[in-house]
Amino acid sequence: MSEIIIYTVITLSALGAVAAVVLFFIAKKFKVYEDPRIDQVEELLPAANCGGCGFPGCRAFAEAMVKADDISEFNCPVGGNDTMAAIATALGKELQEKEPQIAVIRCNGTPEHRKRTTKYEGASSCSVAHNLYTGETNCAYGCLSEGDCVVVCDFDAIYMDEATGLPVVKDNCVACGACITACPRNIIELRNRGKKERRIFISCINKDKGAPAKKACSVACIGCGKCVKECPFDAITLENNLAYIDYEKCKLCRKCVPVCPTNAIHELNFPPRKAKPAAPKAEKETTAPKADAADNKPKQDNNSTN
Amino acid sequence: MLKTFKIGGVHPEENKLSAGAAIEQLPLPDTVSIPVAQHIGAPAKVLVKRNDKVKVGTIIAESGGFVSANIHSSVSGVVQKIDNVYDASGYRRQAVIIKVEGDEWEESIDQSTDVKKEITLSQKEIIDQVNAMGVVGLGGATFPTHVKLMVPDGKKAEVLLINGVECEPYLTADHRLMLEKGHEMMIGIRILMKALGIVKAAIGIENNKPDAIKTLQKISVEYPGIDIVSLKVKYPQGGEKQLIKAVINREVPSGKLPIEVGAVVQNVGTAFAVYEAVQKSKPLIERIVTVTGKSVSKPSNLLVRIGTPVSKLIEAAGGLPDDTGKVVSGGPMMGKALNDLEAPVTKGTSGVLIFADKEAHRKAYDACIRCGKCITACPMGLEPFLLMSYAEQQMWKEAEDDKIMDCIECGSCSFTCPSYRPLLDYIRLGKSNVSQIIRSRKQ
Repeated sequence: MSEIIIYTVITLSALGAVAAVVLFFIAKKFKVYEDPRIDQVEELLPAANCGGCGFPGCRAFAEAMVKADDISEFNCPVGGNDTMAAIATALGKELQEKEPQIAVIRCNGTPEHRKRTTKYEGASSCSVAHNLYTGETNCAYGCLSEGDCVVVCDFDAIYMDEATGLPVVKDNCVACGACITACPRNIIELRNRGKKERRIFISCINKDKGAPAKKACSVACIGCGKCVKECPFDAITLENNLAYIDYEKCKLCRKCVPVCPTNAIHELNFPPRKAKPAAPKAEKETTAPKADAADNKPKQDNNSTN
Repeated sequence: MLKTFKIGGVHPEENKLSAGAAIEQLPLPDTVSIPVAQHIGAPAKVLVKRNDKVKVGTIIAESGGFVSANIHSSVSGVVQKIDNVYDASGYRRQAVIIKVEGDEWEESIDQSTDVKKEITLSQKEIIDQVNAMGVVGLGGATFPTHVKLMVPDGKKAEVLLINGVECEPYLTADHRLMLEKGHEMMIGIRILMKALGIVKAAIGIENNKPDAIKTLQKISVEYPGIDIVSLKVKYPQGGEKQLIKAVINREVPSGKLPIEVGAVVQNVGTAFAVYEAVQKSKPLIERIVTVTGKSVSKPSNLLVRIGTPVSKLIEAAGGLPDDTGKVVSGGPMMGKALNDLEAPVTKGTSGVLIFADKEAHRKAYDACIRCGKCITACPMGLEPFLLMSYAEQQMWKEAEDDKIMDCIECGSCSFTCPSYRPLLDYIRLGKSNVSQIIRSRKQ
C-alpha cells in the first residue's frame, strides 16, 4: 500500500520538475517585452472604457500615448486636465491643456413649440424613426424623442424629460461623445463648458428656409442673420439657413440672445438680466429667458445634487 | 394543382373591396405638385422655372443619370414654384408645383381612344421612346423600364413575365386594368417582347381574380406567344423573384437580377404605360389608384393625374371618414403611412388605404419567443429575428453576411410575429446602413 503512494509521489514530482524546467526555458525564449509605463499610465486613467478618447478602451489609449512622441493631441475627456497632467509627468512629455467640454442639445422642440402632426408607434428607436419619416412633428431635423442618446450613455449623464420630450444633459457629462454618434439627427454637439459653466448656443439645427422652419417649430433658427450682425466678435456664421456660434470665439457677451426673433439662441447658467423698462424690446427679453430658466431648471437641480 | 412559389409566404385577409368598381377619371385638381424623385435612382433635373407655361405632356424634369427617368407635366398651366413638399417618403422633397389652367395637351400626343395594334417602331426606337416618355415600373418599386429592357452583354432574355398578381390585400388597380384595358395591355406586352427580342411571355394572375383570367384568356388568342398562368393566392407572389419561381420554376441567385435566369418581369400597369408611350406618344402622366378601406363609403379605382394631392382622391371616394386613424400610401403590407394628406400621387402610388382608428394602431411588442414563425414566413429564406437583433446591436458585418440585402421588405415576418415585434422596421434600418457600407466600399 505504502509503495503505491511512494511511487505516485515520486513520479508526479519528477514530471513536475521536468515540466517546470521546460516552461522556464520557453518563458525565457518567447518573452514579450511590454513597456511598464503602459501599466503605469493605465493605472492613472479612469478605467471607464468609454471610447471618448477615440481608442477602444483605456488600455489601447495608454499604449498609444506611450508610443507617441507628442501627446498634445491626446485627451481623456473623462479624466480631464488633471489626469492628463499626471500622465504627462509620468511619461515626461509635453501636454497641451484642453478646455473641458460638455454635450449640448441643439433642439428646443417641446410640444408647445413644435406641433405634433402624427403619432409614431414603431420601434422605440430614434434611428428607426429617422429612417422612416420626419418624426411626429414636421421638423425633419429636430429631436425624435425616442432616447437613443440615453441608452448609449455609460455615465447616466443624460435623461429624457417627459414633459418636453427632449433629452437633458446633466453636469456629470464627461463629453465622451457616445450620444453624438448615437443620434441619427446629429442634434447633440460637444461645446466648451465655458467660464462658470456658462454657455450660449443656437438651440436648433433646422437647415430649411425661414418659412417652413418657422412653420414646423416656433423656436427654429430661420437664418435671418440678425445675430451675425450683432456679434462684436465675429463668432457667429450663417450657412444653409442656420446660424452657428463658434465657442472658441464667443466671449459670452449675450448680445445675440435678445435679437433673435424666434428665441432660438440659448444661454445657460447666466444670472437673470436686469430689466430695462425704457426699451420695449427689453420686455420681450424678460419673457424669453424665463422659458430658458425653465429649461435650465433640471440642470440646476443637478448642480445641487452633484 | 395551382402554381405558386415554394418558400415562405403568408395569406392575409384579401379585402378586395373595390374589385367591382370601374375605373373613373378623377376631375383635374387646382394645383399639382410633381416630385422630381418618383423613381428608383437619381432624381430628375428640373428644366422649368417659375411662371413657365406648360401643357399636358411637356417635359419638366429630365433624367438625371442612367437609372433615372424623365418627368412630364400632367396638367396644363403655369409653374407656380419649385419647392419642397411632403411626399409618400415622409420627408419634404423637391417638386414642381403647377397651377392648373384648362386642359391643353402637347400636339404630339394621340388623344384618341382607338386601339392601335400595329407596332411600327424598331427595337431601339421602342426603348428610346419608353425612356423619353418617363415610363417606370408601376408595381411599386418604380424601377425605370428602359433600363430593364436593355439586356446587358453576355445575358439573354428568354421569357417576359407580366405581373398581374396584385398580391397586396385591398388593392384592385391592376385587376381593373386587366378587365377594362385588356387589349391595350396585350399590345403593350407585344411591344415589350419586341424590345427584348423574345417570343415568349406569360401573365401571372392569382386565382382570386377569375374574371380577369377569363377575359385575358379570351383575348389572348389574338396575341400569339402570351400565356395566362393562374396562380394560387399567396403573399408576396408579386415580388419579382417569387413570381419567377411560381411561373417558370427558376430561382434567381442571391444578389442577382432576374435576367440571370433569363427572365424580365414587368407589371401589367407598366405594359399599359408602354402601350400608351409607344403607340400614342403619351408620357406617363396618369395612373390608376385604388382608394379603399373598410370605413370608406365608396371604395374606388381612379385614373389620377400624377401630382394630384391624396386628399382629392379621398374626396372622390366619399370623403375622409371621421374615425380615420391612418392613411396609407400603397397596400397594407408594404405601404407607408402618410404624414400629410396633401402629399401628391406619384408614379409609384398604387393605392390609398384608409384605416379606421380602431384598426390603425400597432400592438405593443414583447420579447422574441424564438418560435421561428418569421423564418417560415420569409419568402427569401432569411432569418428575420436574427437580422433584427443585428440591426438593434449595430452588427452590420453579421447582417450583411446573413444576406440582409436579399430582404424584399414584404413584411411577412412582422405580419406573422406573435409577439408583434417590429422586425421589418429594424431590418429596413439594417438594410440602409449595410447598403451605405457597401457603397462606400465600392468607392
